[in-house]
This record gives sequence, C-alpha cells and structure tokens, in this order.
Amino acid sequence: MVLSHRLAEWAGRAPVLEEEVALTNIALDLLGQARTLLSLAGDEDELAYLREERAFRNVQLVEQPNGDFAHTIARQLYFSAYQHLLHSRLAEGDGPFAPLAAKAVKEIAYHLDHAEHWTLRLGDGTAESHGRMRRALDGLWRYTGELFQPVEGLEAVDWPALRAAWTERIGETLRKATLELPTGPQTGAWTAGAGRQGIHTEPFGRMLAEMQHLHRSHPGASW
Amino acid sequence: MTTTAPETVDTGTLEAVFDAAVAADERIEPRDWMPDAYRATLVRQIAQHAHSEIIGMQPEANWITRAPSLRRKAILMAKVQDEAGHGLYLYSAAETLGVSREELLDKLHAGRQRYSSIFNYPTLTWADVGAIGWLVDGAAITNQVPLCRCSYGPYARAMVRVCKEESFHQRQGYELLLALSRGTPEQHAMAQDAVDRWWWPSLMMFGPPDGESPHSAQSMAWRIKRHSNDELRRRFVDICVPQAESLGLTLPDPDLRWNEETGHYDFGAIDWDEFNEVLRGNGPCNEQRLARRREAHEEGAWVRDAAAAYAARHAAAPPHRPAHDTTEHGTTDHPEATA
Repeated sequence: MVLSHRLAEWAGRAPVLEEEVALTNIALDLLGQARTLLSLAGDEDELAYLREERAFRNVQLVEQPNGDFAHTIARQLYFSAYQHLLHSRLAEGDGPFAPLAAKAVKEIAYHLDHAEHWTLRLGDGTAESHGRMRRALDGLWRYTGELFQPVEGLEAVDWPALRAAWTERIGETLRKATLELPTGPQTGAWTAGAGRQGIHTEPFGRMLAEMQHLHRSHPGASW
Repeated sequence: MTTTAPETVDTGTLEAVFDAAVAADERIEPRDWMPDAYRATLVRQIAQHAHSEIIGMQPEANWITRAPSLRRKAILMAKVQDEAGHGLYLYSAAETLGVSREELLDKLHAGRQRYSSIFNYPTLTWADVGAIGWLVDGAAITNQVPLCRCSYGPYARAMVRVCKEESFHQRQGYELLLALSRGTPEQHAMAQDAVDRWWWPSLMMFGPPDGESPHSAQSMAWRIKRHSNDELRRRFVDICVPQAESLGLTLPDPDLRWNEETGHYDFGAIDWDEFNEVLRGNGPCNEQRLARRREAHEEGAWVRDAAAAYAARHAAAPPHRPAHDTTEHGTTDHPEATA
C-alpha cells in the first residue's frame, strides 16, 4: 500500500506518456494486493487510514520518497525482485498465503520486468543516466537488508536462501546494465528490521498525514 | 474511401472524389487524398483532444494521494491511467496525419495548441473528483459520441474506444457524488459545492454559441462534426437535470426550467466573458497546468535521452555481438512477465 502510494505520486509527472500508464498500472496492482491482505487482517480502510505511523509494519524501503526517475526505478528493482522471489516461494507452499501469492506473482513478474528494463536503459544509456542510476542504487542499498529479516507468520521461508537468490538476480541485472552491486552496508543499527517494528523514516509520517487527512476529517463517514 | 489518387489527377478531381466520399458517409483513411484545410483542422482538433487528456490528468491526480478510501483510490488511479491511454490513442491518430507526438507536445508546451478550458479550474475538495466524472466526462461523452461517426477513420475508431471508458468514468463520478449526497451533512454540502462550481464550466465545454463558432460550418460540412455546439449543450442539459434530481443535488441556475413547447429545458445565460478569459490564459490554473506539464517534460528529458541512447546502441549492434549483449535483446521483448 505504501509503495503503491509513492508510485501514484508520479501521476502527471512521468518522463513519457507510456510511463504514466506503466507506473499507475504497477501502483494499481500493488494497491490490489494490499487490499486483499488488509481485508484478511480486518477492515482495509480502518487499517490504512486510522493507524498511526508507529503501527505501520512496512519495510522502510517502500516508504522512501520517489526522488528522480532513477531513484524510483532502483527502489522498484530492489523491491520487485524481492517480492517476486518471496511470492514464488509462498505460492509453492501450502500456507494461507499460497493462493494469494500465486495470483500476485504474475503481476510482480511484470513489475520486475519493467524495473529491469529501465535499469538497463538508464545504466547503459547516457553518462548522466548511468550516474543517476548508480547514485540511486547506492542510496537505497542500506534499506535492502531489512527485506531478509525473518517475518512472523512466514516461518517456512528460508531467508538466507532468499537473500542469496535476490543478490544473484540483482547482480545479474546490474552487470548487464554496466553497473555494479553497491558495496556499502545493507543495514545500519537502526534499519535492521526497523520498519517491521513500526520504526520508520521521517518522510513516512508526512506521507501518512496527506493520505489520511480527509478520511480522518470525517469520522465514521462512508465514501 | 479506398483509392489513392494518382499524381496525374488534378486537384479538382481529387476534391470531387473526396467530397463524394464524405457525402456518402465513407471514412477517409490516412493514405487517401484530403484537402490541406481538412488535414489541418483534424490535426488541430485531435491534438487539442489529446492534450486535454494529458492536462486533464492533473486536476484528478491532485486527489489520488488524499482519496478517502482504498476503493476510491483504486478507481481514481485507474481513471487517471485510462486518460494517459486516451492521450496515447489520440496522439497516434494525429500521427496518421503526418505530424509527430513530439511536435504536438512542443506546441502544447509553447502555448501554441490548446487543451480543453475546463482543466483550468482547480479541484478544491474530494467531491470535485465526482463532479468531474459526472459533469465533465458527461459533457465530453456528449461531444464525443457523435465523433465515433466522424469522417476521418483513425479519429472515429479512437473515439469508439475512448467513449467506452469515458462512460464508465462518468458512472463512477455519479456514484461518488451519490455516496456523498446520501452521506453526512458535511459530505452532502461538499457534493453540492462541487456541482455549483463545475456546472457552468461544464456547459462551456461545448464551445461558443453557434453564431460565434468559427470552425463549425466547415467541420459540419466535412462531417468531422455532426451537431452544433448549442444542440449538444442542450442535449447535455436535458440529460443532467433529471440526474441531478436523483442525486438529490441542485444545479446553480435560477432560470433552469422545463419548456413544454420545445420539449427541452431552458437555461440561464452563460458567462462568455469568463470563458474567453480562461481561453486567453487567465483562468485559475492555466499557468500551473502548463508549468507542471513543461516541468515533467523537462525533468524527464534525461530519461528519454537514455532510452534513445540505449535503443540506438543496441539496434546498431553488429552481427558478432558478445553473448551477453544478445541476452539483453532477449530480455527486451521478454514475455514471461505478461503471461
């Protein structure tokens, strides 16, 4: 839901018309996935609009502001590759999420394809796009460690294996894009699993303020 | 019209063939001969239509991040996405007339081509999203349904697709307003306020009165247009009045009343000074809309350059490319994702 919101912020601002369609399309897919999951947990709107920042459990990566197009693509590449691997594994299992994951994985494959193609074009495009893509990948790298922290309820997932598969896939894409895997730390003391504990980055509160204000201004109203 | 005229035929004959095709309600296709003025009129109209879809994303996108429920947010996102898609169809239709999308966008950014004046009004509350769907899309459909039979084939076919999606949006807008109108007193007031602000600008979407519409006569003769501005406007009012009643909302026009004799609603005078001011660039959001569009275009330049450089490098690949480069091509059209 959080990543969907960030992608939707691009509406009317994308570099080409085709990307207006693509980014909104991905945002819509992600919102659909979020609504399914939130509805399993309770009332989707109550969970989306009435929780405070500290009660949100999303990873910090997805709440990062859009930045330039390269930044958005790097965030999408990291997250879609992760989500694709995780959902593929969940779809194979027999847990409660298996049918949902099987549906979502088809959408996520498209998101990953989109992010990988843009990574190639930006990495192997012009000197400027290469530089921007490299800075974006480096800047977001510190938020990727959290993706592989064990999550309650998903005990069947082999997190170290997921991390290895993810690193290989990202490494392969970056090599084709004439880029390199960032070398900095993937987590800091404050990022290891922090989002999952409701510890977020500063821009997130402002995002929620915007997202929730209308709903909160009319308590109990239906829309 | 199916024949491409040979170059030896004189213009008089070509014009006669063209006129006969139009009179017989045949479709003119891109490779057919057509008068220069017909081509220019279509480029102007289709470009303006495409620009309206693109600029029209802004007032609605203004509320995506504040939509009050996840369902409404999904609907609004899908709608804004459709609008970008409509822009794409329409630029493609314009390109069949020998202009490029880039050229048309440059003209929009330079203020040399217009977009619909309605999008120069601001969306101040959530209810505006519903009013745009009901009234603005409703007016657009009233205008566009006859264009599905327009004499130029590519434009007519684009309109068929556009109208289907637009009528869906219009129903969603109506349904949004209905939910507000039946909601809390605050929500009802919000809906009424939005309708009060969007009603007159929506009526202006049909263009100047018949007596002052410079292109109308020619466009009707060419069967680009099928009905006059005033005729379409009246049809729209007739549709909206009962809908407003069932919404439980009023229309802000004290002169609005049923006329037994004509079988139509009479309505008050439109403020054409306001209309002309907005057209001249002095509406509430003209500057902001164009500035945003230019900004998106300029800030996206490096992305388009990168895509072009990448495409050129990989298209120019000599036969003996190293293995890893051919894999890249493999991924480019790669399919598993869409399966």
